Amino acid sequence: MKDWTKVATLNDIPPLGSRVVHTTHGEIALFRTSEGEVFALRDKCPHKGGPLSQGIVFGKKVACPLHGWNINLEDGNAVAPDVGCARHYPVKMEGETVYLSLTEDRGQRTEHHEDRR
Amino acid sequence: MKKMKLVMVGNGMAGVRTLEELLKLMPDMYDITVFGAEPYPNYNRIMLSPVLAGEQGIQDIILNDLDWYQQNNITLHLNKKVVRIDRLKKIVYAEDGTEAEYDRLLLATGSNPFILPVPGKDLQGVISYRDIQDTNAMIAAAEKYKHAVVIGGGLLGLEAANGLALRGMDVTVVHILPWLMERQLDQSSSRMLQSSLEAKGLKFLLEKQTQELVGGPDGRVTAVRFKDGSEIPADLLVMAVGIRPNTALAESAGIYCNRGIVVNDTMQTYDPSIYAVGECVSHRGTAYGLVAPLFDMAKVCANHLARMGIARYQGSVTSTKLKVTGIDLFSAGDFTGNDNTDEIVLHDAAGGVYKKLVLQDDKLVGAVMYGDTTDGSWYFQMIRDGKNVAEIRDHLLFGQSHLGNSGHLGQSSAASMPDTMEVCGCNGVCKGVIVKAIKEKGLFTLEDVRKHTKASASCGSCTGLVEQLLASTVGGAYTPALNMTKTMCGCTELTHEEVRQAIDAQKLISIPQVMQALAWSTPNGCASCRPGLNYYVLCAHPRLARDDPQSRFINERAHANIQKDGTFSVIPRMFGGVTTAKDLRRIADVADKYNIPTVKVTGGQRIDLLGVKKEDLPKVWADLDMPSGHAYAKALRTVKTCVGSEWCRFGVQDSTQMGIDLEKQLWKMYAPHKVKIAVSGCPRNCAESGIKDVGVIGVESGWEIYVGGNGGIKTVVAQFLVKVKTHDEVMEYTGAFLQLYREQARYLDRTVHYVERVGLEYVKQQMVEDAANRKALYERLLYALQDEKDPWAKDNVNQREFEALEL
Repeated sequence: MKDWTKVATLNDIPPLGSRVVHTTHGEIALFRTSEGEVFALRDKCPHKGGPLSQGIVFGKKVACPLHGWNINLEDGNAVAPDVGCARHYPVKMEGETVYLSLTEDRGQRTEHHEDRR
Repeated sequence: MKKMKLVMVGNGMAGVRTLEELLKLMPDMYDITVFGAEPYPNYNRIMLSPVLAGEQGIQDIILNDLDWYQQNNITLHLNKKVVRIDRLKKIVYAEDGTEAEYDRLLLATGSNPFILPVPGKDLQGVISYRDIQDTNAMIAAAEKYKHAVVIGGGLLGLEAANGLALRGMDVTVVHILPWLMERQLDQSSSRMLQSSLEAKGLKFLLEKQTQELVGGPDGRVTAVRFKDGSEIPADLLVMAVGIRPNTALAESAGIYCNRGIVVNDTMQTYDPSIYAVGECVSHRGTAYGLVAPLFDMAKVCANHLARMGIARYQGSVTSTKLKVTGIDLFSAGDFTGNDNTDEIVLHDAAGGVYKKLVLQDDKLVGAVMYGDTTDGSWYFQMIRDGKNVAEIRDHLLFGQSHLGNSGHLGQSSAASMPDTMEVCGCNGVCKGVIVKAIKEKGLFTLEDVRKHTKASASCGSCTGLVEQLLASTVGGAYTPALNMTKTMCGCTELTHEEVRQAIDAQKLISIPQVMQALAWSTPNGCASCRPGLNYYVLCAHPRLARDDPQSRFINERAHANIQKDGTFSVIPRMFGGVTTAKDLRRIADVADKYNIPTVKVTGGQRIDLLGVKKEDLPKVWADLDMPSGHAYAKALRTVKTCVGSEWCRFGVQDSTQMGIDLEKQLWKMYAPHKVKIAVSGCPRNCAESGIKDVGVIGVESGWEIYVGGNGGIKTVVAQFLVKVKTHDEVMEYTGAFLQLYREQARYLDRTVHYVERVGLEYVKQQMVEDAANRKALYERLLYALQDEKDPWAKDNVNQREFEALEL
């Protein structure tokens, strides 16, 4: 069972944008794609800890504002050839309401995705 | 939907590169089957010379291992030579009977070495130099035999000879012409090359024509006999006299060939289902034997196989580099010259340096360099771009002087650097790391190296060094990106100029409109093209296009400059660098109230508050009650001034007031990159106008205006544009120049890059000589600025940007 908590409505997050959520797990970034999907990552780039929430969102990726690493929103993995992973949290939508779980989504987490280009 | 079937014949570099490009564009469009006549997966053919020389092993030069084919679901038939194509049934047949149906067929059959039709050509020990098998045969022969003869003094022949000599053989190179590498070198540079190779122990017989190859009783070659009757011993004979496109299969299937499989600009043969790439191809009458053009073809072909239909191959200018350790040689373009060309030559025989540049109508058309090839890539770029070099003609021969300006100890020659020396000062990358990555990961482009090593990926000042490392490691395979046709990013095949033109002509006023009209390959672009497009639509259609904050870099969304810890820096506007006690008191109060840890004076004469939390930004701005300093934006940053005639005993003009007026007019101006201006009140130039985008210097009789200076990565002195008499003229010329830059520069190009690209003469024609155009430019700038708002003003702040959510 996941600890779903209501965090926002879809309208709170701009399309191709993000919002920061203060949580007991530290800051978590919610991202919204152009298709209206929402993803949650710990707001820290695996490279040098940059705030991913401040990056540019495109497709299902975000570009870190500090040094431009691209991070996959679906699993937190850096796009090759960079290697690293930002913690990924499950999100579910019910209508326009966004629910977040603080149980880290280990099932989808893989260490290397070098062939994602 | 049933997938289409793509069959590729030939498993070499051009073909596999096409598949890689195709998989990037459309990973699931085709079921792919590959036939290769060799028993190896795709390997880096140009690295055969280092293998022969014993510097690398076969495993090191494999580009795509068997896993790669498997991971991409490619059916691979190794050791199977395709012998027949049935174009009616669309089936190919291999020698052993294996067959494969196709919807699209890609021919990448490469080339065959040309074998001299002399008696004895079929003897044992007579080989060509083309693939791993030949290389292994040479390595084996070097262990058993002593005398090697290489026929052909071209690129390949010399690399073979060098490798065999390194393996201990006594090597003689036989060449029919009076000098070596006649297609790449002129006589002077060729003689220097020959001496260097002779010093390494190679022997040369020039202007010698082979009569026959003499065999011994065991059927192995023993000697070469020449037309003049002389003879030399040979236990191994390597023919390296050229290659011929391998068109046998295509011809047998009735596909039109003429010294190569004839293709159009989309790499399609006369059979519309059949494409061809690589050395087997004849495009506009030319067959290419170097790898760089093949990669260009691969990209175009993949685009059409993916049914995107927007790329064209229009031929390539090639350059050459010899991969013989210790020899630096570079040539490109038409270096022979003719009655209509001029030459600039430097020939230092004792110093071992030779440079020849060939110019026609003030454009560089060819270059040969020996001994010092530092600027090879730079010259090559100018040849390909057809750049007018009239303005730099007098120092052209001395190269790009700013190459190694900062961050790498002023080094400008990669060859002389030790492996442990840092090339990229931003990311701390050493030469050894870069060379290793190029070799092991099979990198060919600057972009590849940047992605894998981060070298030159930040400030870019070491780009020249990285290019040299690429050129010396992969030789002729390295081709610098064509400056004039650089695509905007991976999302499109269009150049910045083409995109801007379309935005203008089709009146595209939003990013989605641009992406739709210009068939962007990604649903919403990338972090590289979106900010550029946002700027382009706003610049082309001021007061009509709507800004898209989500396509701006965070600094321009939060209107402050992000720092390494995620906090921001705030720099309020102080017009002309002039402030008041009242403003300073308020700044001090704000610093106290918000516990701002660092207060610093900037290089541009402003005050910087560092370490402000994002959620505090709107409150800080409100309390400061000063306009935004735009110290975070691609926009006018500051107008730096000296004291000027109001106070200074040397001042001849009121530079402070001039600076204030310029800044008040331009302070909300966005641009392709940041813009810095300075105004000095006399030629002592205390405001450092010589290294600014626009530098104004007061003189007794008026003002001098300089443009395109830069004090950053490359220190570049601004060039004199014009001298004017009045205050209003300074405003107009400055505005007009900046508008020209705004309308024509590529996003993220500073004025220095823009002026370098179009030339100062062009800028002068546009806005000094053409008064009407100058006024029109200035008008357009003022019109665009009318609608710009202060992003710090309370009404313009988007609160949602700054507020966090709570759980």
